[in-house]
Amino acid sequence: MTGLTFLIPIALGMGALGLAAFFWSMKSGQYDDLDGAANRILIDEELEEDE
Amino acid sequence: MNAPAALDQDDAAKLVGTRFTVPGMRCAGCIAKIERELPKVEGIEAARVNFSSKRVAVHHLPGIEEERISEALRELGFEAQPLAENPLGQEAEEKKQLTRALGVAGFGMMNVMLLSVSVWAGADGATRELFHWLSALIALPVIAYSGRPFFSSALMALRYRRTNMDVPIAIGVILATALSLYETITGGEHAFFESAVMLLFFLLAGRVLDAEMRTRTRAGIGALLGRMGKSASVIGADGATRRVDAQDLEPGMLVLVAAGEALAADGEVEEGSSSIDNAMLTGESTPEPVGKGSAVHAGAINLGAPIRVRLTRVAEDTAIAEIARLMDEAGQSRSHYVRIADRASRAYAPVVHTLALLAFAGWMIAGAGWYQSAVIAIAVLIITCPCAMGLAVPAAQVVASGALLKRGLLVKDGSALERLAECDVALFDKTGTLTLGEPRPDISRLSDEDRAVALGLAQNSRHPLSRGLADALRAEGVDAAAIDDVTELAGSGLAGTWKGVRAALERPDETGAVLATRLSVGERAVTLTFADPLRPDTTATLEALGEAGLSSSILSGDREQAVAEVAARLGLEARAAASPQDKLAALERLREQGRRPLMVGDGLNDGPALAAAHASIAPGTASDASQQAADAVFIGERLMPVALAIRVARATMRIVRQNFVFAIGYNLLAIPLALFGYVTPLIAAIAMSLSSLVVVANSLRLAGSAKEAS
Repeated sequence: MTGLTFLIPIALGMGALGLAAFFWSMKSGQYDDLDGAANRILIDEELEEDE
Repeated sequence: MNAPAALDQDDAAKLVGTRFTVPGMRCAGCIAKIERELPKVEGIEAARVNFSSKRVAVHHLPGIEEERISEALRELGFEAQPLAENPLGQEAEEKKQLTRALGVAGFGMMNVMLLSVSVWAGADGATRELFHWLSALIALPVIAYSGRPFFSSALMALRYRRTNMDVPIAIGVILATALSLYETITGGEHAFFESAVMLLFFLLAGRVLDAEMRTRTRAGIGALLGRMGKSASVIGADGATRRVDAQDLEPGMLVLVAAGEALAADGEVEEGSSSIDNAMLTGESTPEPVGKGSAVHAGAINLGAPIRVRLTRVAEDTAIAEIARLMDEAGQSRSHYVRIADRASRAYAPVVHTLALLAFAGWMIAGAGWYQSAVIAIAVLIITCPCAMGLAVPAAQVVASGALLKRGLLVKDGSALERLAECDVALFDKTGTLTLGEPRPDISRLSDEDRAVALGLAQNSRHPLSRGLADALRAEGVDAAAIDDVTELAGSGLAGTWKGVRAALERPDETGAVLATRLSVGERAVTLTFADPLRPDTTATLEALGEAGLSSSILSGDREQAVAEVAARLGLEARAAASPQDKLAALERLREQGRRPLMVGDGLNDGPALAAAHASIAPGTASDASQQAADAVFIGERLMPVALAIRVARATMRIVRQNFVFAIGYNLLAIPLALFGYVTPLIAAIAMSLSSLVVVANSLRLAGSAKEAS
């Protein structure tokens, strides 16, 4: 029974962290362009340096 | 990067954002090219690509015009159209809200479930009471937040004395919550917070999927009117010109139309001769020569010398505005096709309420006590919730649309698949639909040097032949040679100086019916012929359509001779020189015969027909307006997605029917059980969720449907 006083807040806290992370990722626009993100990883950066 | 340093500091605040839709983006290379090259244009600060929605957001100095940026994108090899100010803002906000609600409901469901499982596992006494209180503490705010979309929709329906799918859901959730709260306070055995939260979670998942579908679409008919010139130079009595906005123009005014300018109203040429690009209205790629007395229409682009035009019809009376109006009306008459699921659930909701009420009354009369009667009534309400039925259609449509998207066909509206599946006759426009719609030159006879010179010249002109030549050369990876003093002469061509010798693209002396241009560099001269080739897999597509039971024919606004030629090659019946009104009438006749026509077309003149046909598909090269009017858009040079769309749409409808049979069967089985009190609210919630999952899983079978064959 005493274990519950720790475990339940921990479980809730972890859930809340997950929720907060989800809200943050949504607010920062990570779901706005799912296909684009998948493609951007293929872009070579080196061209920028030859200026 | 290349922008002047001063620009970053002072002008950063003054930058404005313009958004363009660029359907041609297909790969990572396209993203990199646009984001890297566009800011090199003077005055453009940054460009950001959204690949999913095929859009580019450009930040630039206010002095730069939209056309300049479109042109810059075109030089990079992408067709671009400026977008109206954030037309999707509201819908996107709605979707975000739903996703947030889904996140909260998911969080609540996991935690309440955790506690409930311990209660079912045998926790009792003080522990059970503590867990019930904890559940209430989590569930109440979660339900209040996540339930809002349903509560507000149900309230709205009730206010207009109607009922929809959200009414039983809202009542069920509120009742279950209230009863659980009562149980918790009085220290009772059962609480159903988990049922209520789980119900909300699964329903929200369905809503989010549905919203995702809808936001993938539309740009607004406004895009069509956006193609009209926005203002015109009116010549006053004293000979001076002043700019007048399009809506303030009046019939009888004399306007000066400069080269490259789009007309803002319909009129008649009074002085000067030139050629105009009328492709928007007629779908005809050849520029039309105009002289004194010729009628010209708003939206046409003057390609040659300046002309003076006496206006005849302005603003809402122009031909292009008329087409926009026709499209609007035709689109409205189609909304009779209310979604099957909506119809079913609308009829279904009152039945659910009545059943739940009857169950409550019945058990009260039987002497079960109000608490037990209420629990049974809630179980009935939840288990009969028409979610599986509500999901039956959208789940299948979302999966099928996703599969088609991967094959290059964008379905804009869920209900479009329903209508595509029902089509039994196909009508094709010619230019740009059966053919590529762009004059493509035969450049095999050009040397590398000639190619560079040709590109250097051609990229200076907006003439369709120059554009076709430039596109073909860029596709071959040619770098433009530097040409000095380029001048364009209306009707005869382009000329300039390259390394001290004269270089020119001119009209050849011998012009037959064939489109051609002559490249001369110094003494050398090469004649390039242009053709508008058929799409590579046209025959195979028509065969595939035939196998599906669709007879095809051509309905074109083009010249008799050009249409007959294509019709003979493909073995199709054809009708040429059809005006937008003729096309509408032809569709109307087919409909009266009980046929269901599929219209495939691209030109603006196809707009009304696309909107009026039972279902319609436009190529990605079509004008925004046609893409807007069509149910689906296919990308690329292949025509096969059209046949694929029909096949997948029919497979989708098969799955939808299976889903319906399952959902109805489930209800027939579950309702009696619930009525007779064998089902607790938790079992009801699980059964309801399971039935939804079965429907979703069945729909997922469509994911591979677009792959096989083809």
